[in-house]
Amino acid sequence: MLRIEQLTKIYKTGDRALTEVGFTVPKGQVVGLIGPSGAGKSTLIRCVNRLVEPSSGQIFLNDLEVTDLGTFELRRARRRIGMIFQEYALVERLTVMENVLSGRLGYVPFWRSFSRRFPAEDIAKAYRLLDRVGLSDHVDKRADALSGGQRQRVGIARALEQDPELLLVDEPTASLDPKTSRQIMRLIVEICRENELPAIINIHDVVLAQQFADRIIGLQAGRLVFDGPPAHLTEAALTSIYGEEDWAAMRKGAAEDALAEEEMEREARKLMRAV
Amino acid sequence: MSSQDTTTTVPVWQHRMPKTRLALWFFWLLIVATFVYCWNLMTAQTMWVFVYDAPTAAADLMSRAWPPRFSYMERLWKPLWDTINIATLGTLIGIMMAVPLAFLAAANTTPSRLLLRPLALFCIVTSRSINSLIWAMLLVSILGPGILAGILAIALRSVGFIGKLLYEAIEETDISQVEAITATGASKGQILNYGIVPQVLPAFFGISVFRWDINIRESAILGLVGAGGIGARLQASLNMLAWPQVTLIVLVILATVVVSEWVSARVRHAII
Repeated sequence: MLRIEQLTKIYKTGDRALTEVGFTVPKGQVVGLIGPSGAGKSTLIRCVNRLVEPSSGQIFLNDLEVTDLGTFELRRARRRIGMIFQEYALVERLTVMENVLSGRLGYVPFWRSFSRRFPAEDIAKAYRLLDRVGLSDHVDKRADALSGGQRQRVGIARALEQDPELLLVDEPTASLDPKTSRQIMRLIVEICRENELPAIINIHDVVLAQQFADRIIGLQAGRLVFDGPPAHLTEAALTSIYGEEDWAAMRKGAAEDALAEEEMEREARKLMRAV
Repeated sequence: MSSQDTTTTVPVWQHRMPKTRLALWFFWLLIVATFVYCWNLMTAQTMWVFVYDAPTAAADLMSRAWPPRFSYMERLWKPLWDTINIATLGTLIGIMMAVPLAFLAAANTTPSRLLLRPLALFCIVTSRSINSLIWAMLLVSILGPGILAGILAIALRSVGFIGKLLYEAIEETDISQVEAITATGASKGQILNYGIVPQVLPAFFGISVFRWDINIRESAILGLVGAGGIGARLQASLNMLAWPQVTLIVLVILATVVVSEWVSARVRHAII
């Protein structure tokens, strides 16, 4: 469970990225964090594992106050917080396996990680996860040899390899095509359901957020302006987050996308059966 | 602004302000003036008799230097081998000193910005600002003539070159990969090992091989100041006015450099 209280972040340049944001994420809940560019979504997510230092406020992971930890305890806390990144952030020149195993760095001593001699159970777990995300055939390929969707799957496997209690997901679909975006979102949400993992998914695409999240939180200029189930995200609510726009037309377009995708999948299944 | 303004006076767009244009004009004037001045200085001290004589003198030298004395080759193998060893060992020692310095000097990996980083940068600049021939002269007078002085001279010069290029490569690494490794709860050492080293490895090999290639060329002349290698033979032959031997040595150096350049190009191509 994650609890955020009165979180404020002011950058050195004087920009107020977050102003007194607070909410609680119970076990197993998938939260879609939406808002325009520059609303502070990325900052909020990065404050949770303190890649960005909050200016004030508190963050609790279960009963542990993350905002109060020293360097060593912070490392211990970070290893239970999985993070998935916008541009995948894989170490491009390492293999898929090495990237997934890097999720265990917080658990193994330096020399073991340096010589790549990870414990057998870590390696077994990595194989299991790569199988789960559908990349068993690419274990020893270098990360830069994969496609965007495949790379994000490696990113997901790396985050899960950490045995996380919480997933932070930063724009997982920003550099992917619509179909792959859906597949990646579906995979993330399925995995959260399987493991009762709470997750904060920071996402541009309102329609995707509504489709996959249990709860939507809207940020506008660093303030929490919406918090509720996806069904409550009315046009008035969207306008309060993003400003005036033709929301009905956008939703219709997105619905057509989804239909086209389903049709493609049906075709593919038909083809598979024929084969 | 109203649309009426634009119909009456069309704004004139200029690439440079008049002031900038004037400054630019004076800049070029200064360059031309300097050139004229330098030309005068140069020709004032030239003894034109010798210049008019130059083609004959050159032809005379050529006729004495040609053909190269190939029988001298048997006495060149050993110093040639020394030269290659000076370059290779010097590069290796240089790398060993440069790698830690580069990590101390790079802004994103240095453990202390206030103390260690300036110190490391100072070491790199010192090494770079002194030519290896001068390092060799200093070392010959400290260690006495021989290969050891040559190896250390090459090493000391290489530290700055490799250190500078490597720390720049470290500073240019993609932060998001480092951030991702940090987010897993990795320690400082592990972040270096997983986030940064894989990113700079190709640059590191490229820089090292390139420096080795330069060092082959530089070690060939270190013998002029007594630091061993084929340069010592060159020095001796010049002193004895044995021009056919000089020609042979120059040809051997040329061949070695061509081969080392080919090797370095192949290695870099294979890595990058």
